[in-house]
Amino acid sequence: MQSSFLVTDDIFVVSVSGELDHHCAGKLREEIDEAMDAFKCRHLVMDMEKVTFMDSSGIGVVLGRYSKISERGGRLVLAGCSDYVEKILLMAGVFTVINKENTAEEAIWLLRGYEQMKLGVNE
Amino acid sequence: MENRMTVRFAALGVNESFARSVAAAFAAHLDPTLEELTEIKTGVSEAVSNSIIHGYREDPEGIVEMECKVSEKRYITLIIRDWGAGIEDVEKAREPMFTTGKPEERSGMGFTVMESFMDRVEVVSEAGEGTTVTMTKRLDACGK
Repeated sequence: MQSSFLVTDDIFVVSVSGELDHHCAGKLREEIDEAMDAFKCRHLVMDMEKVTFMDSSGIGVVLGRYSKISERGGRLVLAGCSDYVEKILLMAGVFTVINKENTAEEAIWLLRGYEQMKLGVNE
Repeated sequence: MENRMTVRFAALGVNESFARSVAAAFAAHLDPTLEELTEIKTGVSEAVSNSIIHGYREDPEGIVEMECKVSEKRYITLIIRDWGAGIEDVEKAREPMFTTGKPEERSGMGFTVMESFMDRVEVVSEAGEGTTVTMTKRLDACGK
């Protein structure tokens, strides 16, 4: 498993590639949490397009990040899930609380739109 | 002709990928679909992770055994065995979202995933004695 990061505004985009199992899940969790804290990002996009294998450890990583980010008023959006990744996440009802988009770019647009909507309400 | 193989390995996280790759390689001669191979790998990954995390609490001294059998009728049976802590209440452990770990980081979906991808999942366990998970799947006859 490998991950690469991109920061845009206060959106943190992590692109996960390779096999995501229990052995790699801890490392990915730590990397995301540490980097999000360091860059003071509020929102997270998890780009799963290059994930070639995932078991239920992936559900734990996604739901764990969701609860952390929600506590701070941020949002998590999933992007690029294959049918297989989506099938596993669906088993835990992940998409009842977390949005998914086809690409990371679309996920970023969704979060920017959400921020602008919030600004509009506050004004 | 029935074919079979057994491997034993240390309860180390790094061996999760080893176990699922071995199971997939063993099943390959039945010419399964890509989807079936992924399902086999996922089932193995879940059962082996359970042995490592819950059975041995990540103690590398623990040993996990994986036995694979395939029959002429294209049934594949995967038996994952450990001699670790065992499960006190198997029925409860099989419930979706049930976990003894940190609920915010563990999904408790391991058995649910196994049941979804395999045709039959049998769990035999005794506290202090260990756990044996037997998964059976019938491969699509069109594969060959």
